[in-house]
Amino acid sequence: MSRTIAEINEKIKAGRAVVVTAEEILAVVKEKGLKRAAAEVDVVTTGTFAPMCSSGAYFNLGHTQPRMKIGGGRVTLNNVPAYAGFAAVDIFLGATAIPDDDPRNKIFPGEFPYGGGHVIEDLVAGKDVRLTASAYGTDCYPRRTLDTWIRLADMNETVLFNMRNAYQNYNVAVNLSDRVLYTYMGVLQPRLRNANYCTAGQLSPLLNDPFYRTIGTGTRIFLGGGVGYVVSQGTQHNPGVRRTERGLPRGGAGTLAVTGDLKQMSPRWLRGASFKGYGVTLAVGLGIPIPILDEEMLFYTAVSDADIVAPVVDYSESYPHGKAEILAEVTVAELKTGEISVTGRKVATSGLSSYARAREIAKLLQEWILAGKFLLTEPVAPLPEAESGYTFKPLKERGRAASRKSK
Amino acid sequence: MPRKMVLNFPPHLIDQPITYRLVKDFGLVVNILRARITPREWGRLVVELSEDGGRWQEAMQFLQEAGVRIEPLAQEVLWHEERCIHCTACVASCPTKALDLADRGTMTVAFDRERCIACEICLKVCPYQAMEIRFD
Repeated sequence: MSRTIAEINEKIKAGRAVVVTAEEILAVVKEKGLKRAAAEVDVVTTGTFAPMCSSGAYFNLGHTQPRMKIGGGRVTLNNVPAYAGFAAVDIFLGATAIPDDDPRNKIFPGEFPYGGGHVIEDLVAGKDVRLTASAYGTDCYPRRTLDTWIRLADMNETVLFNMRNAYQNYNVAVNLSDRVLYTYMGVLQPRLRNANYCTAGQLSPLLNDPFYRTIGTGTRIFLGGGVGYVVSQGTQHNPGVRRTERGLPRGGAGTLAVTGDLKQMSPRWLRGASFKGYGVTLAVGLGIPIPILDEEMLFYTAVSDADIVAPVVDYSESYPHGKAEILAEVTVAELKTGEISVTGRKVATSGLSSYARAREIAKLLQEWILAGKFLLTEPVAPLPEAESGYTFKPLKERGRAASRKSK
Repeated sequence: MPRKMVLNFPPHLIDQPITYRLVKDFGLVVNILRARITPREWGRLVVELSEDGGRWQEAMQFLQEAGVRIEPLAQEVLWHEERCIHCTACVASCPTKALDLADRGTMTVAFDRERCIACEICLKVCPYQAMEIRFD
């Protein structure tokens, strides 16, 4: 049994495609077996909704009169600084940016009530945002200051551009120390009192295509409530990690860089988030359809929470000091019961990735495809795969290297 | 049936043994869930009170006459469901399971006001400001 993406698209256009979510496929396989399921199902939809810090957006603001070269100057949106090292009115706002006058962690733990993630949420909600800018002024761009209100619809290009999303599997964070820790994995109570995990598990896009057979550059996806595309592998893409017998990475592995038009998106699927003592970020909703090209792809999409193992890592010592120590490996099914066992102790679990919203995304994507509004794409270039030797290396601090003289 | 409530003390009552009176003079069972008492400021006591053969009406009258403002706890704690993304970050930290999963199949969160003791831990762990506790 095999089918091409072109054939699947013909079925979608004819309204004959069989599309199920990555949760529903489990029941289908249980009832019909792999072979029959693969013969009947054309597409399996996935989803994830979680904080993803390496997210951001670029905007073309439109030109002022007289013209102003914000490039090389300074710019803020709702008092949150954006990057202006481009041409006159192109700026980039990062999800974790915070106002210059935010007290940060001076009074620990800081609140971080508002930042880049919230600005992006406010913009997609259609709200007015205050834009201020200063520039040095040139003959061709004489204006030096700007202070105005603006909304998404007023701008030209407004593009979400996330350099790392959809991490394929992730750590489970615990705290072995005697004090409360405030981390990007949430508040960790001392002496192993809680464990925080962050994965959509069986619904997670890259866990349903663990070797990136169908997801690559150009793949059309659900992003923030609109249609987006995979740009390439995300930063820190690390496909060569240890894997289970099913081929699932035993920790963080593949990542995706993605992009999409913010004007199609909605605040339901792009949410600013404030992590006490840590900072601001953006929760991103992302879903990817997996074409069932053959039985092997169906097998991969039949992954269940019980198949996925995640490493339990101490965030008081191992994580901050970059030590590759693992306290235990637990399955996502165990994490979702609300309690896991770590070094013989029972630990209560909490999630950071919303499974409830991931289900909704997989369902929405399924509806879009069934309605013929969303066609699948052939990747135009593959992501670096497990055997590629592509790795994620740490920074080596060093003195300046002697410059090489050409002879 | 124990009732959870918030007793708000004006600054001049901070050094008065009000709780002692509730127990000793009126025979109520007092379980203090949370207290914030600071000199020269309004004090706040979250308590669970049971009549248990004591004299409830008289005790309430005593509190009112003394100038203690009584508020039911349930009004104070708000779960803004429209802001909640059901990530479940709060559930392991909630000491009374007032915030807990309604359904482990769909992984949706539910808030049971009756179990809440207004400890405010959820305010620190929710990244989406979905929990709010209103105190004066």
